Amino acid sequence: MTALTLDNVSISYGDGDTRVHALNEVSLQVNPGEFVGVVGPSGSGKSTLLAVAGALTRPESGSVRIAGEEITGFSEAELARIRREHIGFVFQSSGNLPSALKARDQLEFAARITGRQGRRSTAELLDAVGMTHRAGHRPASLSGGERQRIGIACALVGDPQLLLVDEPTAALDRQRAQEIVGLLARECHDYGVAGVMVTHDLAVLDHCDRVLDMVDGRLG
Amino acid sequence: MFLAWRDMLFARTRFLLMGLVLALMSILIVIISGLTAGLVNDGVSGLKAMGEEGAEVIAFEDGTQTDSAFTRSIVPVTAAADLAAADGIDDSTPMGLSIVNARNQDGTPVDLTLIGVDPDSFIAPEGMPALAERTPGEPTPTAREIILSSHLADEGIEVGDIITLDRLETELEVTAFADGQRTFGHVDMGYVPLDIWQEAHAGARAGEPAPDHAYEEASVIVGAGTPAEGVSVDGLDVRTLEESFQSSPGYGPEMMTLSMIEWFLYIITALVTGAFFLVWTIQRSGDIAIMRAMGATRGFLLRDSLGQAVVILALSIAVGVALAVGLGLWLESSPMPYVTEFGRIFAGAGMLFVSGLIGALVAVFRVTRTDPLTALGENR
Repeated sequence: MTALTLDNVSISYGDGDTRVHALNEVSLQVNPGEFVGVVGPSGSGKSTLLAVAGALTRPESGSVRIAGEEITGFSEAELARIRREHIGFVFQSSGNLPSALKARDQLEFAARITGRQGRRSTAELLDAVGMTHRAGHRPASLSGGERQRIGIACALVGDPQLLLVDEPTAALDRQRAQEIVGLLARECHDYGVAGVMVTHDLAVLDHCDRVLDMVDGRLG
Repeated sequence: MFLAWRDMLFARTRFLLMGLVLALMSILIVIISGLTAGLVNDGVSGLKAMGEEGAEVIAFEDGTQTDSAFTRSIVPVTAAADLAAADGIDDSTPMGLSIVNARNQDGTPVDLTLIGVDPDSFIAPEGMPALAERTPGEPTPTAREIILSSHLADEGIEVGDIITLDRLETELEVTAFADGQRTFGHVDMGYVPLDIWQEAHAGARAGEPAPDHAYEEASVIVGAGTPAEGVSVDGLDVRTLEESFQSSPGYGPEMMTLSMIEWFLYIITALVTGAFFLVWTIQRSGDIAIMRAMGATRGFLLRDSLGQAVVILALSIAVGVALAVGLGLWLESSPMPYVTEFGRIFAGAGMLFVSGLIGALVAVFRVTRTDPLTALGENR
């Protein structure tokens, strides 16, 4: 069974002459344990792809299956349930972690939101992302790379089947970027998580099992 | 509440400031309510005391205006029988009321609400002299005695003192103090036998009789029993005791002013709390978008945000009320008309809490409308 299946998915914005196809009949399958990179210029529809795959928005046409569930006709509340149960997000600037929470509380808070603690405990997850020594620090005293590691641990808290990663290296130097993406790929491989990473940092693509090009809403 | 608690500790200066404002608001509400209770007492405690003695209705002269009706109304003493005949009235008695200036034997001025009552009636305090038979053309031989509101005992008046009414020079001996505070329109009450009051009211000087008709008049008729709804008697304007409070000088406007201040405080509290939580919610809209993207339910987000409002409101109001009650105990010993009434205080604190929560609810509701899509990309 695939973790994510997009079948002829289309989404467009605006209308008439100014109609823009953010996604134009995109089809994609990602299997458990597979780490897929999606590259493309700005405005090519990468973010929209993540939004659809992450059950943040519904497609206009085509079908989206996440962890075996067809989400096309789902309500807002059902989409939120899909996100809680099956999806982990790593956001572009994990600097937007709630600033009041220490690193270990960030993980606990994520577990409360998703309503589930997966196989690994908070301590094990902190260890997995190499942040055990920073467990008591708040985001303001963490570096960009450290914040990104906490963000990854938060995304993995509920044992999601699908990990969606939005420009994880945008604020990192070359070496940190390599470490972070390596960590993401390793987690996907070791724990059977289907990963999709949107990026325009070509240097990190070596870690991906598959790389797809996105141009004008089409996936190549 | 996981994030809510940690947010409050982390942003404690902001929340402390907000809490301080709310605490000050609750101090103000408590003081206002104490002042209201104090003014009510000053205005109508004498009438309330009559209510405890069984008075249910006050019958004024028909056509008397509501404002200061007690001192304007004149009814014949015989109207007491007319009122007694009305549906549901068990007992009735004439009562005279006028406000006079007087002084004691040391020349200390005393303002008095002179209340003339039949010593055998249900509104008369214990220990009044009996009404004596009057020879026409002579002043009444009834003993010239007065029973004062106990409040005057605190001002240094003692049993045995002689109170002299200004201008008339009528001398009244203080024989007792009535229990509790009894004031009317901020003036202490003094009970005298009805015919003594009638002479004073008619302006008869000491030793001189009043015109004969004066001995047939009182200000109002006081009725006891359980009167039927809208009971009416020819020539009388029958009002319930509560309605007659409005006829105490200044009572209506005082209550209106204070309740207006109270309502303004409730509205201000709702707006201040609303503004605070609106800004706070906007500040953390990035966090909220991410929580929504992670699949947080509306209930989860509302619980977290409203929980914060509940905690800050409850804590600050509790602190404010505690401080204000302490302050109030000190005010009670001052000449300010101030009375601590816990029922009133808790009602006020409750209203403050509710209006703050309404303000917060309106502000916080936008967390449920945050678009989780904004968590993606660089929209933040």
